[in-house]
Amino acid sequence: MSVTEGKELRIIGFLCNWCSYAGADTAGVGRFAQPTDLRIVRLPCTGRINPLFIVRAFMNGADGVLVSGCHPRDCHYSEGNFYARRRLETLKALLPVIGVDPGRFEYTWVSASEGQRWRSVVASFTEQVHALGSMPRFMSGTSLDLCLRPAVQPRVF
Amino acid sequence: MNIGVFVCHCGSNIAGTVDTEAVAKAALEYREVVFATDAMYACSEPGQAGIVEAIGTYALDGVVVASCTPRMHEATFRRTLERAGLNRYMFEMANIREHVSWVGKDKAANTRKAAELVHMAVEKLRRNERLQAGEFDIAKRVMVIGGGVAGIQAALDCADGGLEVVLVEREPSIGGKMSKLDKTFPTVDCSSCILGPKMVDVAQHPNITLYALSEVDSVDGFVGNFNVTVRRKAAYVDWDACTGCGECAAKCPSKKTPDRFNEFIGLTTAINIPFPQAIPKKASINANACIKLTKGKCGACAKVCPTGAIRFDQKDELVTEKVGAIIAATGYDLFDFTKYGEYGGGRYPDVITAMQYERLLSASGPTEGHIRRPSDGAEPRDIVFIQCVGSRDKSIGRPYCTGFCCMYTAKQTILTKDHMPDSQSYVFYMDIRSPGKNYDEFTRRAMEEYGAKYIRGRVSAIQPKNGRYLVKGADTLLGRQVEIEADLVVLAVGAEAARGAGELAEKLRISYDPYGFFLEGHPKLKPVETNTAGVYLAGSCQGPKDIPSSVAQGGAAAAKALSLLSKDKLASDPQVSGVKLARCIGCGKCESVCPFGAIEMIEFRGMPKASIIETVCQGCGVCTAACPQGAAQLRHFTDNQILAEVNALCL
Ligand SMILES: Cc1cc2nc3c(=O)[nH]c(=O)nc-3n(C[C@H](O)[C@H](O)[C@H](O)COP(=O)(O)OP(=O)(O)OC[C@H]3O[C@@H](n4cnc5c(N)ncnc54)[C@H](O)[C@@H]3O)c2cc1C
Ligand code: SF4
Repeated sequence: MSVTEGKELRIIGFLCNWCSYAGADTAGVGRFAQPTDLRIVRLPCTGRINPLFIVRAFMNGADGVLVSGCHPRDCHYSEGNFYARRRLETLKALLPVIGVDPGRFEYTWVSASEGQRWRSVVASFTEQVHALGSMPRFMSGTSLDLCLRPAVQPRVF
Repeated sequence: MNIGVFVCHCGSNIAGTVDTEAVAKAALEYREVVFATDAMYACSEPGQAGIVEAIGTYALDGVVVASCTPRMHEATFRRTLERAGLNRYMFEMANIREHVSWVGKDKAANTRKAAELVHMAVEKLRRNERLQAGEFDIAKRVMVIGGGVAGIQAALDCADGGLEVVLVEREPSIGGKMSKLDKTFPTVDCSSCILGPKMVDVAQHPNITLYALSEVDSVDGFVGNFNVTVRRKAAYVDWDACTGCGECAAKCPSKKTPDRFNEFIGLTTAINIPFPQAIPKKASINANACIKLTKGKCGACAKVCPTGAIRFDQKDELVTEKVGAIIAATGYDLFDFTKYGEYGGGRYPDVITAMQYERLLSASGPTEGHIRRPSDGAEPRDIVFIQCVGSRDKSIGRPYCTGFCCMYTAKQTILTKDHMPDSQSYVFYMDIRSPGKNYDEFTRRAMEEYGAKYIRGRVSAIQPKNGRYLVKGADTLLGRQVEIEADLVVLAVGAEAARGAGELAEKLRISYDPYGFFLEGHPKLKPVETNTAGVYLAGSCQGPKDIPSSVAQGGAAAAKALSLLSKDKLASDPQVSGVKLARCIGCGKCESVCPFGAIEMIEFRGMPKASIIETVCQGCGVCTAACPQGAAQLRHFTDNQILAEVNALCL
């Protein structure tokens, strides 16, 4: 775990409840040691992810964002991860445009039984983000920030 | 809102690598948290009593428990809240065990991470609503997929418990692997004598509808209300008319048809009843072998059939069944040993699988129970058994132990000696795995009473030699090479996931492990449940199992289905989507992405609007992400809530 010996970075994971969250649980039950940077947000399905959540995370200073769901064709809701894949592919292409190194974002599929795989996903993504270092705070107040911020503001009812 | 936070030690599971007291202290700084404490075991009786008491004392209206995964105890703590008079949805969990204490080594980093996870949970909880569960009607019927011994047991138990059962089996008869076995360990009683009566019970039970030669085509719906479309494959015989007399097979001229039931040793006819005890006892035609169906002439069977049941123009038929629960019992398949070059890769006729050997041993098999070499029909004298073929071998992607081949090999050496007292059995093994009641005693008997010679080691090559086979291997106990001349080699092939298991899992929306075995809800506490409510597992489809365990699991799955369907209505999960009509512009995007058809377009004051059918919505949130207006919001996973969690981490 050499990468975490220095400073921790801010890495956010959006995980679906049925496969990857359970896979992360399986990794825990197996005591598969991992770097400690990642914080997991539990969602029902990767199809719930609005790509703007990820943009928002970066704008607020996240250094890396990891999305993980069920393997294609194994979605608990049949097709949620197909929607996710399309949305996240688009996001990936757009990240450089808004000044985020695409290496800070990754999406992958980990099933409930793949505790080992989850460990290696976390370890390699954490390492990848550490190689990029912390996210430069250049966005705040820029014109890009000003035009994106309203789009990712929560809507208040 | 008054929020209370409870940080669990879980003995030393959490407290060992997380400073739980510090986490509780940190929690007091979070907005609206009025009370925070740490507890030895939050889920225990005193732990829960502490939560109930604090709810009263501090007038809490929301609770965060930081402990194990919510997949384990969310329901437990929701009930605790209810007992204290709170709405069960005013609750959130922070997973500081599986995601923190068990995977991180650094206590300071773990403690910080745990505190932040609690912060996220608090921020989410602040935006929770008091939700009320609705109710919906259910179908009191169950479908069992797979008619091996596990599926048979599940079907009979459900039917005896008063449920209507639809049993779907893809082969022409139920019975599964057990119907091919001669005798069974550890008692060496006859397999068809103990399975046969159960199969007859299935045929005669008024509550069971059996679809043999059928497969699941598609599955819609959800717990309580699944709609399963079953493809009934053409048998080219009208089964309502067929009496199972067997005249057709006696007259069929296509006598060189490969015999699937007999594991392809021996031949059968194009029209046949697979074995004498088959259920249903109905003939079916193998379309690839039938002269009429391939070349257009013949029709001998149609001429002799006393009831005129032959239908050469029969087509597959689709039937839809509405059921409240589904039990998957699709069993396993056998490893294809031809991948191993050292065992001849399938080129040697007298190197056979253990299942083929069972058919040779069986009195109803192709040799009527006389052990004969497939090559020349001679009775073998020296027989070599090789264990772990396709098990415990990482190099071929099968690292797991099948678990029952040590036992069936011992059984086969015993039966061999019974059949041929002058024979000698040799067994190459890696370890003997025989835990279970009377199991180890059984393998000892094979060695001590029946004289089977056990050699610990692997076989490196099998070479033909003067009409026999030279089996070369290592004896790792004596530390030397051994060579044995054998007349017959029997491979204890391991179990792998049933053909098509992955596709079926995808239709059922259940998970499977990297080897294709279906994944249970929890490895210890939910061994027959799956992650999909209303879908249960029985037998070897969940992992290789012997007959006693398969039967036990079949009964357990039936008990789960019975208890689920004992109610007249089920409570619906209120964590579903809702549409704010004022924001909805009626674009219909949500309707087009919903995987469940849970959204209908309605007219409201002359404008098109989306409306959620709450009992159909499964709460995936695909609509929420698709709605350009933020009008569709998945309750408890709203944009506000997820962004609040993100903000808790970043700002
Ligand atoms: C050589 C050998 C000897 C053995 N001897 C013994 C013994 O002596 N004692 C003992 O306890 N155990 C023994 N076993 C193990 C035994 O075979 C299993 O424990 C038992 O068969 C498991 O039953 P099951 O119902 O789970 O699976 P199976 O017997 O595999 O039954 C599954 C059924 O589901 C059907 N099916 C599969 N997929 C589908 C689908 N998609 N749709 C519809 N139907 C489907 C199959 O056609 C089959 O009928 C032996 C195994 C082998 C290989
Ligand atoms: S049960 Fe025995 S033969 Fe079968 S895989 Fe396990 S150790 Fe090998």
